[in-house]
Amino acid sequence: MIAVKTQGLSKEFRTGFTMKKVSALHNLNLEVEGGDIFGYVGPNGAGKTTTLKILTGLIYPASGNAWILGRDIRDVAIKKDIGFLPEGPYFYDYLTAKEFLYFYGQLFGMRKREIEKKVDELLDLVELRHVKDIQLRRFSKGMLQRIGIAQALINDPKLLLLDEPMSGLDPIGRAKIKEIILRLKEDGKTILFSSHILSDVEMLCDRVGILTQGRLIDVGSLDTLLGSGIKSIEIVTSHIEKDTLREIETVAEKVTLRDEKLVIVVNGEEDKDRVLGIINRNNGRLISLTPGRKTLEEYLVEKVNRGAAL
Amino acid sequence: MKIRAIMINTFREAIRDKVLYSLLFFALLMIGGSILLGRLTIGENIKIIKDMGLASISIFGLLIAIFVGIGLVYKEIDKKTIYTVIAKPVHRYQFLLGKYLGLILTLLVEVAIMSFGLLLLVLSYEGHVELSILKAILLILFELMTITAVAILFSSFSTPILSGLFTLAVYIAGHLSRDLLAFGVESESAMIKYSTAFIYYSLPNLDNFNIKGRVVHEVLVSWEYLSFAMLYGVLYISIILLLSMVIFQKRDFR
Ligand SMILES: Nc1ncnc2c1ncn2[C@@H]1O[C@H](COP(=O)(O)OP(=O)(O)OP(=O)(O)O)[C@@H](O)[C@H]1O
Ligand SMILES: [Mg+2]
Repeated sequence: MIAVKTQGLSKEFRTGFTMKKVSALHNLNLEVEGGDIFGYVGPNGAGKTTTLKILTGLIYPASGNAWILGRDIRDVAIKKDIGFLPEGPYFYDYLTAKEFLYFYGQLFGMRKREIEKKVDELLDLVELRHVKDIQLRRFSKGMLQRIGIAQALINDPKLLLLDEPMSGLDPIGRAKIKEIILRLKEDGKTILFSSHILSDVEMLCDRVGILTQGRLIDVGSLDTLLGSGIKSIEIVTSHIEKDTLREIETVAEKVTLRDEKLVIVVNGEEDKDRVLGIINRNNGRLISLTPGRKTLEEYLVEKVNRGAAL
Repeated sequence: MKIRAIMINTFREAIRDKVLYSLLFFALLMIGGSILLGRLTIGENIKIIKDMGLASISIFGLLIAIFVGIGLVYKEIDKKTIYTVIAKPVHRYQFLLGKYLGLILTLLVEVAIMSFGLLLLVLSYEGHVELSILKAILLILFELMTITAVAILFSSFSTPILSGLFTLAVYIAGHLSRDLLAFGVESESAMIKYSTAFIYYSLPNLDNFNIKGRVVHEVLVSWEYLSFAMLYGVLYISIILLLSMVIFQKRDFR
């Protein structure tokens, strides 16, 4: 089952006094498989929020179509199966946590009993039971983010659309949200979330889509995106002569000096063996050898820069 | 059900806002103040009390209708609180209707409190209260509902300041529109005739709702007239709300 599908989705905004057109999204074809955690990444202004706002019916696309769980997004009834956490987030701050969740329960036409049970459950999940009678205006950013997640879960949705759920949170808060996301996946839900914290995306996501300037430039599993790139290996050595260094530099990708030690980065096993050979022959000392694949962050920066150069 | 939830939420926001209480306080102060004014004039002081009391209800109601009305939708978009609501299975027209009814509920409570104050005063002076004063209050309520609908219409596409100005303009013109029609009818030019007629019919004829003078001077206002005025109000409000819904349905929330 495809949870989210878009076809040729485009959106432009008119801004400023001159009403100049800004293309926010350009011919987006996106597919999110049911049951996946999908990471939606890209630089500021790439169009992530725009996509999510189109999917939730907050703004209308200039052209193109989109389906959620097989149904056209223009059908308001599909929202029964969606949970949405907007970027920000901004909520009715005059409501207490409990009133707030209760309100959203009512918007699904849920019964009083049903809502009350669900509200208690969610307050426990996001660990806000102790502040349930406090107005949201007194909530910290992390608490707001958590009540926002609870709000998105009130209807037990099949699909969650989360716009930067981890932003502005401390490491403990982030870990908590990650735990919730993983638990939701276990429950069989599909999660599409945008984020700038790429280590989190790497940890959580089955698949990742990279968006820049309104265009989806790459999409796939982490293994295909990062694994396919030549693995880089970091070699740390000391006692290297000038001549040896020159020889190493012809092979290595990058050489830097760190605390009197030489840090050499090479691409691939072959280059690694060549550099190790050079070090051995010249009586250099090997301190450490760390294989590593590219991080998503490195991949993204490279990809986006290359895109910008085109 | 969903509309009701949004209505209650809107009402809740209003009653948790301190501005409303200060407005209410001033309204009651003014109604009470009519006693003093009554003392200064000879004889007729019950008329002054009724006159000023009804005027206070009308003016403070108007202030609330405009001030809350113009921000009603705009604030939800500006503060992005609307995002989570529209992402739920709620039609946009349901949202708008819920907001409107929430403000009407607020006005109802405010007008009820002010009326209670006025009736108490009248009772203490005259020893009894006539039904006619309630008729006047009922039509004030319809006038406020009309103005609220107009405020919502403007705020569904424009900023609060502009909406406020537009709504105020409609309020003033709505009280003058009959004169405008009379002016047009007498005019030679067909152009002026038609355009004044057009303006007359598109603006709310707020004089329909104004029976304050008649009530104060004890001129009988028939039930037929009352029903006509209310029916007119309901029709006008429906058209304005429908128009707001069409505009609201089409716009982006960004
Ligand atoms: N309300 C708006 N009015 C005008 N332009 C807008 C509006 N919202 C977004 N844009 C433009 O659309 C483009 C995409 O913005 P969007 O908010 O979708 O980016 P994003 O990927 O969510 O960025 P971020 O990571 O900073 O949240 C940007 O160029 C932005 O300037
Ligand atoms: Mg964004």
